[in-house]
Amino acid sequence: MSSFWSIWITVLTLGTLVGCYLLLNYCLKNFAGVEEGEPTGHVFDGIEELNNPLPKWWSTFFLLTIIWGFGYLLLYPGLGNFQGLLGWKSSNQGILNLSESKASIANAKAAGMLVQYDREVAAAGEKYGPIFDAYAERKIIDLATANDDEATSARKVGQRLYLQNCSQCHGSDARGATGFPNLADKDWLYGGSPEMIKATLIHGRKANGMIAWSAALGGEQGVKEVTAYVLSLSGREVDTKAAEAGKVKFAMCAACHGSEGKGSDAMGIALGAPNLTDNIWLYGGSPRAVEMSIANGRAGVMPAWDKILGEQKIHVISAYIYSLSHE
Amino acid sequence: MKNKHEKFEKNVGLFAIFTILAISIGGLVEITPLFFQKATTTPVDNLRPYTALEMEGRDIYIREGCNVCHSQMIRPFRAETERYGHYSVAGEGVWEHPFLWGSKRTGPDLARVGGRYSDDWHLAHLLDPRSVVPESNMPSFKWLAETKLDGELTEKKLSTFNFLTRNRSHKDEQGNAIPLYSETELANAKNAVAGKTEMTALIAYLQSLGHALK
Repeated sequence: MSSFWSIWITVLTLGTLVGCYLLLNYCLKNFAGVEEGEPTGHVFDGIEELNNPLPKWWSTFFLLTIIWGFGYLLLYPGLGNFQGLLGWKSSNQGILNLSESKASIANAKAAGMLVQYDREVAAAGEKYGPIFDAYAERKIIDLATANDDEATSARKVGQRLYLQNCSQCHGSDARGATGFPNLADKDWLYGGSPEMIKATLIHGRKANGMIAWSAALGGEQGVKEVTAYVLSLSGREVDTKAAEAGKVKFAMCAACHGSEGKGSDAMGIALGAPNLTDNIWLYGGSPRAVEMSIANGRAGVMPAWDKILGEQKIHVISAYIYSLSHE
Repeated sequence: MKNKHEKFEKNVGLFAIFTILAISIGGLVEITPLFFQKATTTPVDNLRPYTALEMEGRDIYIREGCNVCHSQMIRPFRAETERYGHYSVAGEGVWEHPFLWGSKRTGPDLARVGGRYSDDWHLAHLLDPRSVVPESNMPSFKWLAETKLDGELTEKKLSTFNFLTRNRSHKDEQGNAIPLYSETELANAKNAVAGKTEMTALIAYLQSLGHALK
């Protein structure tokens, strides 16, 4: 803040406090020309006005608030550039990017400032940091399957974090919804190993392979034929003639879903193309829903969580998610 | 001695003037200096202006009153930053007119909701919030997917923002102040939004929130 505005604020603030005191002092004096408690001579409708002074408790409290005000402005930042004797502030507001934000924590500490938010975070770090450090030292598979206290509590922590951050899409029971994968079964789009789950959480996933196939398949008829074939892969009853025609066209789908339709995960590549033979349907398994998927394409997106949650929390969430299908 | 205070009490005009003087001191001390402070007039490093589509989405956000139930202000408490991300700073709101900080959280804070969910999720959630969050009490905004933007006023909106931010605009490499939106961006504004649904615009706006500091 420039010194002009600093002086502006200081003068107006202190001036107001002094003004309040002078006003109080002035109002405590008797200008009515009669003794306190005596009638002033004003009568209205038989009601007489007495010259009563301001109540003592009220004027005392007024005075105390003024004194309190001076004390507050001495200790806390309130007068322009004066930081206050305590060196207190709520947060580091002047930052322009995240690295400045990090640096400002160290700077404030070095300058002996008492930043409320930094202190709160540091206190929590001291309390919870060692717990997460201990979780991070163990492998995800170990945290997910072991039965000792630490692993059990890690899974509980993972569940809380899951409910807060992941349940909006994948459901509070992790069984997913239309368009959002079920995490409690053994069907994985991008691999179900602990490492792959963690990688999915950290970097996010963006499925971009499933384009709209309507035109390439020759319109509605082609879409219907491929739908029939896809449904037949998981043993559903379909029009065999249409399915046979669809099988030929399925060659186009094989690049991602595999020639047998077992999905990209079965081929060991992280494309996110679902297994079409297991009767688990991300976007619905009715003939109409499958037709829609083929005709218009699908593009599921899993956001990246590394910056929001950090690696340590993701480690714990990964353990919880892995444990759901390995109980 | 006569009571001097009677002069004010019996003269409405004089009394009004002194009342205005007294109550404006708070504003003069707490608000006026903010217009001239670096922290409130310097955009954070990664701040970028809203695109034409996001700007239309922002207007829909205002029209539907989203800010009545959703704040866009993460306070510097650990309980908030753990859930929503880095606390909000003044430099993020330098180009906001009006501010959509909100004051009530019936729903969660949205200051950094951008990128937290997929577009598909936002669509499902705005069409029928209960389909993805069973305990939600947010109303459905189905009609947004049916109403289309014509983009007639988009250019005007962007140039209004150029005017409103003329003293806090961003700078080119040489440090010269340049307007938020260039002539080309203004000329393309209509085409960028015309024919898209209000739903698309609102989702684009939501996905842009909080990008500058995370």
